[in-house]
Amino acid sequence: MSDTALAGPVDWTSQQAAGRRRSRHAANRRLQFYGIAAISTAIGLLGLLITTLVIGGYPAFLQTKITLDFPIKAEYVDAANPAGGNYRAVVRDALLGIAPEATTPPQQRLLGQLLTNNTQFFVRDAVVANPSVIGGTLTLTVPASDPIDQLNKGLIDRDLPENQRRVNDVQLGFYDRLVAENRVSAPFNWALFFNADSRFPELAGLAGAITGSFYALLVCFLISFPVGIAAAIYLEEFAPRNRWTYLIEVNINNLAAVPSIVFGLLGLAVFIQVFGIPRSAPLAGGMVLALMTLPTMIIVTRASLKAIPPSIREGALGVGASKHQVIMHHVLPLALPGILTGTIIGLAQALGETAPLLLVGMNAFITSPPGGILEASTALPTQIFIWADSPERGFTSRTSAAILVLLAFLVVMNGIAIFLRQRLERRW
Amino acid sequence: MAQATLASRETAPAAFQTIRTPDAHPRPTKVKASGVKVFYGPKQALHGVSIDIPVKSVTAFIGPSGCGKSTFLRCLNRMNDTIDGCRVEGEILLDDRDIYDPSLDVVELRARVGMVFQKPNPFPKSIFDNVAYGPRIHGLARSKTDLEEIVVSSLQKASLFNEVKDRLHEPGTGLSGGQQQRLCIARTIAVSPDVILMDEPCSALDPIATAKVEELIDELRTNFTIVIVTHSMQQAARVSQRTAFFHLGNLVEEGPTDQVFTNPVEKRTQDYITGRYG
Repeated sequence: MSDTALAGPVDWTSQQAAGRRRSRHAANRRLQFYGIAAISTAIGLLGLLITTLVIGGYPAFLQTKITLDFPIKAEYVDAANPAGGNYRAVVRDALLGIAPEATTPPQQRLLGQLLTNNTQFFVRDAVVANPSVIGGTLTLTVPASDPIDQLNKGLIDRDLPENQRRVNDVQLGFYDRLVAENRVSAPFNWALFFNADSRFPELAGLAGAITGSFYALLVCFLISFPVGIAAAIYLEEFAPRNRWTYLIEVNINNLAAVPSIVFGLLGLAVFIQVFGIPRSAPLAGGMVLALMTLPTMIIVTRASLKAIPPSIREGALGVGASKHQVIMHHVLPLALPGILTGTIIGLAQALGETAPLLLVGMNAFITSPPGGILEASTALPTQIFIWADSPERGFTSRTSAAILVLLAFLVVMNGIAIFLRQRLERRW
Repeated sequence: MAQATLASRETAPAAFQTIRTPDAHPRPTKVKASGVKVFYGPKQALHGVSIDIPVKSVTAFIGPSGCGKSTFLRCLNRMNDTIDGCRVEGEILLDDRDIYDPSLDVVELRARVGMVFQKPNPFPKSIFDNVAYGPRIHGLARSKTDLEEIVVSSLQKASLFNEVKDRLHEPGTGLSGGQQQRLCIARTIAVSPDVILMDEPCSALDPIATAKVEELIDELRTNFTIVIVTHSMQQAARVSQRTAFFHLGNLVEEGPTDQVFTNPVEKRTQDYITGRYG
């Protein structure tokens, strides 16, 4: 090369060196700033989502209830057949007790609209459970109807002209009277969790959806867990490395990216029409979810198996264990924490899937939770979809509340996965 | 001059004649290898190795890195089967039975020819379960007391029992490096093998642990045939009765340890031992 000697020591005090130092520090600060900006944006958007949901949904966690005295007159209810009594009349009399001036049918209709439509059935069930009140007075707390519920929560503007309001002036008067008599309360809305779906928002709940989701996830787990693990063990431990296994691997990875609605079409065309599984059944939904979770299970299990150091396998082989013993006694137990974490995360993803369940019909309108995996049912995400479409005002806040319930389930499941991963993490 | 000597070292002749020096009082042969060739894909790693391993003594394999001694060791218990693309030719007889015979159960072979690895690899189980695993899967213990006896005696033979007798149910991975290696040796001898293969067992250990393991090997040779691969010539000189020198996939020279180290016949052996290369 040339005849020059190597450059002398760097002058760290010169202008250029100081300039380089400044620009290095500036580049560092810029990179940190970009990182902080990115994470702030992400957290900000997430916060915006949660805040919107909470603001929209918290009214649904309270339900306005009205306490009334229902005179159970013997002329309306026969002690020999309590279930067959004229409970409409009982309810009418109870309301007349509040507003004796409501004598005409239109006024009584307005009065009746204060309470939920099914009040007569609540009274009937109470009397059947306790026939001794016949002839006396039953004090019962029943849900208010949706307009009164909205009014009590302050969601109806009293200053609007009457024809623009859901609650007219007469009903406002009745309501104020009930409030004055301390008959209006707004306790926690347990019905949201324990009632099934209903036409009436004040009676609608998620019990059917939660049960349906539970059954569907159960079926999904029972199918995808053994099949996924067995497939992954075969691919990782036994399969020869040739063109066919490479093709299988590529296809499995691609399956994980298939749009979920395609699985829904498969469920509709094959599971329901060819296999004859009843429509809207959690079995069909569960099988479709299993197909979607399978690629995730296989990929996660393979990663867990690959993470086991070969020294463990060699140690076991060296003592004279067969391949099957090496896998079942050494490799699988050590891979289990990773597999479990992946399973829970896969199930959490399956919980939130909506499109395939809609195609399989798991948005049935059912008024009681499904008894088994073959009965028509809904699931949490599809229930949200149904409620979002409903015209009643009360369903607006209930939709947001249902979304919050779904998010809570997801957070709990992911939390369990993270907790398990921490607890069961091993160091070899 | 320099170029000529370089050439004679780097190129291995095609048909190689190993220089063998028999013992004064030769012991019966436990493992007999004839013309063993190993291919990793198209690349040939061993060129026709033939050697007789005598029973109940320690044979050391020495040689520079990459010369094939570990590869040959792994042939003796068919651990090379687990490597994709590895092909073994030739014949290896254990007690006059061909170990590559398709009718031979490789699991049984690996129980009779145990292996201790370079990096201690105890199972992530308790110390007791580590040693008990082999006897369990091979049905060597008829009852729980039998199993405990086997575990205790294996740990005693491995000179580890006194150090761990109070914590047999603690994980094996919690021991020090030297203790872990002795645990692996105990695990290997628990299945009563005929041959123990050791692949550089002390290279990951400190000098005191190394001394303990070497002492152990000396005790074990009264009951087991031991083949040890080692990088340290001092270790080979201390521990073994016969030594085999490998170079570039060939077995160059083998003979009694004293003779190989003090009076080697082949120039390459001498160069390696005196540290001229390797």
